[in-house]
Amino acid sequence: MTERSTGTSSRSIAPADARRRLVTESLGIAASAAGFGFVYGLSARQSGFSPVEAMAMSTIAFAGAAQFAAIGFVTSGLAWPVIALLTGLLNARHLLYSAALAPWLRGTPRPRKALMAHLLTDEAFALTINHFRRLGATDERGYWIAGIVATFIPWNLATLAGVTLGGGIADPTRLGIDVIFPAAMAGLAVGLISGRRELVAAGTGAAVGVVVALAVSPSVGIVSGGLLGPFAGLLVPDASARETAPLGTSDSAKRYALPELHRSHPEPDDTVDGRPAS
Amino acid sequence: MSTELVGLAVVMFLVTYPSRALGLLAPGIERLPRRVLDYLQLVGPAVLTAIAAVSVMVVADPLGPRHFAIGLEWLAVAACIAIVAWRRNLLLGLLAAVLITVVGRALGLPSIVP
Repeated sequence: MTERSTGTSSRSIAPADARRRLVTESLGIAASAAGFGFVYGLSARQSGFSPVEAMAMSTIAFAGAAQFAAIGFVTSGLAWPVIALLTGLLNARHLLYSAALAPWLRGTPRPRKALMAHLLTDEAFALTINHFRRLGATDERGYWIAGIVATFIPWNLATLAGVTLGGGIADPTRLGIDVIFPAAMAGLAVGLISGRRELVAAGTGAAVGVVVALAVSPSVGIVSGGLLGPFAGLLVPDASARETAPLGTSDSAKRYALPELHRSHPEPDDTVDGRPAS
Repeated sequence: MSTELVGLAVVMFLVTYPSRALGLLAPGIERLPRRVLDYLQLVGPAVLTAIAAVSVMVVADPLGPRHFAIGLEWLAVAACIAIVAWRRNLLLGLLAAVLITVVGRALGLPSIVP
């Protein structure tokens, strides 16, 4: 594993300092992933998932929000194709993350990138892109720390704990476990909102979802809300968007770390064997 | 022990992996039209709120049609939203939501759960 300069960062710090900071941040993310994973395992068990099924979701799909959503979908009796469509919609944002990381990982062999892709969650992306930018170079080992140590392992161990202990709870509604799913969905949505466009998209998605769910079915309602909400968000004019990171600006590029979209093209060609070029 | 949903996990992987891998394995994907990227940016909030809203506002009555429901679960979800917006801590928000639901149901407040 090597570190490669990208020439995009103006705030490079020593590799050891950057790695130390990454590990510190990873501890916080790991704690969060463990707590959330435990709740997921608990909810899955209460919804009738076997330990094998819950663990399969966490290892094979490895997509927190989509896994929570799948619990609700399965409980509601949705057909698998509908669940697949909703999962694809929910995880479409990952396309932005992979596009953002592409310039940094240009020199990484494709088989390794193929494996890295499976670990590309919201948390892994946030940790990694910040680490690369601080370092001013690509650090593959940092990616593995973010993807495996900070998220994959805690998430899966906690899922196992939750799904194992969940069987001992007789009446989950008395413990309010059924409210975790909608609360988690809403809370995750809040984390993605940075301005009026996202707010309008979210509000419209919810309104359309409820109306169509009442008129047709819950699954059609959710798909309709997810597809139509963004169109409403895009109607918000730039002047009134009040984004902390307006779409299409350099701030937005920084937020999603899309160097190729709005900024000069990084060239991660200089291998410096363990230290960033300065 | 049931393993039926292992197949669903594989299906979910198959629809998730492309969006994670496309940018890394297909150079130039970041050059999609800006409106497409902007749309993708807004899909997450819209889908998640649609799921949350439908979950706590639409109740399927086994003996009748679906109906619009109001219950303390609204308060629980609203508390979670407020805490996540304020503290950026989802776990804390979930704990608050569960606490409100448990206390509310113990007090006999109106709930969407029969």
